[in-house]
Amino acid sequence: MSDESTVKPTAPLPVAALDDPHQLPYARHPGRAQAVAVVAMIIGILGCIGFGITYWVSDQTQWEAVTLGVGLLGLGFGVTAWGKYLMAQGPFVEERHPFNSSDEEVKEITAAITQRGGIVVGRRKLLGGLFAIGSLAFGVVAAFPLIRSLGPKPGRMLFVTNWRRNSQLVTVDGRPVHKNDLEVGGVLTVFPRGFAGSSPDQTILLRIEELGPEDPPLSLASPGRSDWTALGYVAYSKMCTHLGCPVGLYQEQTVELVCPCHQSIFNVLAGAVPEFGPAPRPLPQLPIKVQNGFLVAQDGYNQPIGPGFWERP
Amino acid sequence: MIDESVRWLDDRLGIAKGGRTLLDKIFPDHWSFMLGEIALYSFVVLIATGVFLSLYFVPSAHEVVYHGSYLPLRGQRVSEAYSSTVGLSFDVKSGLLIRQTHHWAADVFLGSIAVHMARIFFTGAFRKPRELNWIVGVTMLMLGIVNGFLGYSLPDDLVSGTGIRIAYSIIESVPLVGSYLGFFLFGGNYPGNGVIIPRFYILHVLILPVIIGGLIAVHLGLLVKQKHTQFPGKGKTEDNVVGTPMFPTFIAKTTGFMFMTSAVLLLLGGLAQINPIWQFGQYEPYQISYAVQPDWYMGWLDGALRIMPSWEWVGWGHTLPLEVFLPAVVFPGLTFGFFWGWPHIEKRFTKDLATHNLLDRPRDRPKRTAFGAAMLMFYFMLFAASSTDVMANFFDVSLNVVLWTFRVIVFVIPIITYFVTYQICNEMRAAEGIGKRKRAMVVSRSDTGAYSTVTAEPRPGDDAHELDAIPVPTYINLTPEELETGPGVRRVMR
Repeated sequence: MSDESTVKPTAPLPVAALDDPHQLPYARHPGRAQAVAVVAMIIGILGCIGFGITYWVSDQTQWEAVTLGVGLLGLGFGVTAWGKYLMAQGPFVEERHPFNSSDEEVKEITAAITQRGGIVVGRRKLLGGLFAIGSLAFGVVAAFPLIRSLGPKPGRMLFVTNWRRNSQLVTVDGRPVHKNDLEVGGVLTVFPRGFAGSSPDQTILLRIEELGPEDPPLSLASPGRSDWTALGYVAYSKMCTHLGCPVGLYQEQTVELVCPCHQSIFNVLAGAVPEFGPAPRPLPQLPIKVQNGFLVAQDGYNQPIGPGFWERP
Repeated sequence: MIDESVRWLDDRLGIAKGGRTLLDKIFPDHWSFMLGEIALYSFVVLIATGVFLSLYFVPSAHEVVYHGSYLPLRGQRVSEAYSSTVGLSFDVKSGLLIRQTHHWAADVFLGSIAVHMARIFFTGAFRKPRELNWIVGVTMLMLGIVNGFLGYSLPDDLVSGTGIRIAYSIIESVPLVGSYLGFFLFGGNYPGNGVIIPRFYILHVLILPVIIGGLIAVHLGLLVKQKHTQFPGKGKTEDNVVGTPMFPTFIAKTTGFMFMTSAVLLLLGGLAQINPIWQFGQYEPYQISYAVQPDWYMGWLDGALRIMPSWEWVGWGHTLPLEVFLPAVVFPGLTFGFFWGWPHIEKRFTKDLATHNLLDRPRDRPKRTAFGAAMLMFYFMLFAASSTDVMANFFDVSLNVVLWTFRVIVFVIPIITYFVTYQICNEMRAAEGIGKRKRAMVVSRSDTGAYSTVTAEPRPGDDAHELDAIPVPTYINLTPEELETGPGVRRVMR
């Protein structure tokens, strides 16, 4: 360190008179600028005091914001005005010295890295190889607790729900759904008994028409599902096939289900096929029937519900 | 006192030599250099308000009965995360102000980063030797977006919970490993076993802020090492920096600016309601509200998801949800890859390998400027597309019309923007005296009725530009009488 400082030529520090134009304040009327800064800072102080009073007296959010905001704004404006209008206006200059090294210095450090390293690793290839293998092994096993401990493997969990043969339809409160619960145009979110509120089981039950047991079933434009409805009721998975949002909006006039997230629209009477938007697949349909006056599932869903994933066939 | 402290520190750290250089560091005077400061001070506000919030927020999905002072929620079963967020809003003094200021600060933080980045782009400040700092900045933008999303998700309210559900489905869409990633991150099938809020919390309050804070230190360290860029002008060359010194002028201005930035954020936080989670209610996976919208910085991704056609690919026993994977995984990946690589990509076209310390005027680089404007317009169109439903309602047209309009204009408008911007740049370059500050003309009428025009007096600072720049002086000679003439002494009397 001492060598460096003796070798370095000490440049004379520049000295300037206070009346040098570079030292003049930016403002043409410094007195007025100072007056503005004084007023701003006094407002700032009052604002801060006002915040303190507001806090103790009322804790009213808007007044706290106004007092503290005006306080900081006043102080900030005052300091900025001081710096901008009352300090030396310059212009001042700073030389920019190239910070890159000479070609020789670059060559020297490159040589130091490659030659020293080359000699050490070249002579002890075994040690180098073992250390590389060891580091790799550490990296791999460190990933086990870091990643694998985080959660279970998916297994079949994305393929199944808790809907089974004869699962009873219940509301989110766990109340069984009676055949007279919905009028035409009504919708209800239902779950299998014992799983109320469960995310993958959420199912939307709609009543399209008021049909009796002897009436022909709802005519859904989806082949093979004519007996999946009961008394004008139809049930679909409520989980959007796009990104899993609940398909919570029912447009009764057009008999469509709408997902509020990205506006996919499903045609209820055509087996909930997506008519519009980014959803790629129909909502899976839950086959239902009436048992002792209450609605139950004929069977679980015949396909995975919700958005697509790689393992889905 | 100061003398003793400096000496004490200098004996131990040798601060005097480099310290003087630091005090004399020159900051160019241009308003656009202030945009990054907004981001920096928003980050300061985020840390300060965030520490306050962390004293009251409980990162837990555990179900409790709400007993706080917000009557409509009393007696409802909610998660501790939701209950504590409502609690710190209503039952902690100044809590609502701090919480809303935190949310506003996050929105302003990312907004100022975006505008700052545009300034760097259009003036060519990313060119050699500053490519590294560009990469650090883009990384902070990306981490800031991620951390914003994480923080927005923490209160466990209906709107943010829907956002987490969407994030899960996006992760699930990744080929081969998607469902594994989702299960590992959430601790099981959605909504997981209650670990997602504590996991998001530790990422949001510790890991990402530490990384962002470290990158800010690198960002500013590189700035000091490489020194500022500057616009061309009188006395400004590739080998110097002209402006005001760090101490005292810049310190005063930037301290004031920090206070003013904080003040604006506090005023927003107290007067402009943001994210009223007590109106949304607790998140339940089977419930949804009508207007589901993310914070503004996620809008471009939401828009891309909305206008993407439903191109699911199914084959060989597998499903590839391209309608999600392309807009929500591949597209942001390409976006940030492209941003990171931009300095290198531009070099491919310009073959310009030189070091640049003087900035470009955007009009002087019409192709880059036009391309940047087109890119901004592209992302803005995607952002606008995240409100297709609102537009359909507002303009009373069908969703179908809005959707197809966006599918077309998201590509067409950027192309138009390119050519229009290119033309504007070229016309500006051809015009005389453009970009120079014009002196006002004062027209006066004499008592005989004759009109005369004179140039107005220079505005404060105008005459400073006509001075030659000098190194930052010391003030050893305090009065002109004591001043001795000699080498390195400038003496100008007025």
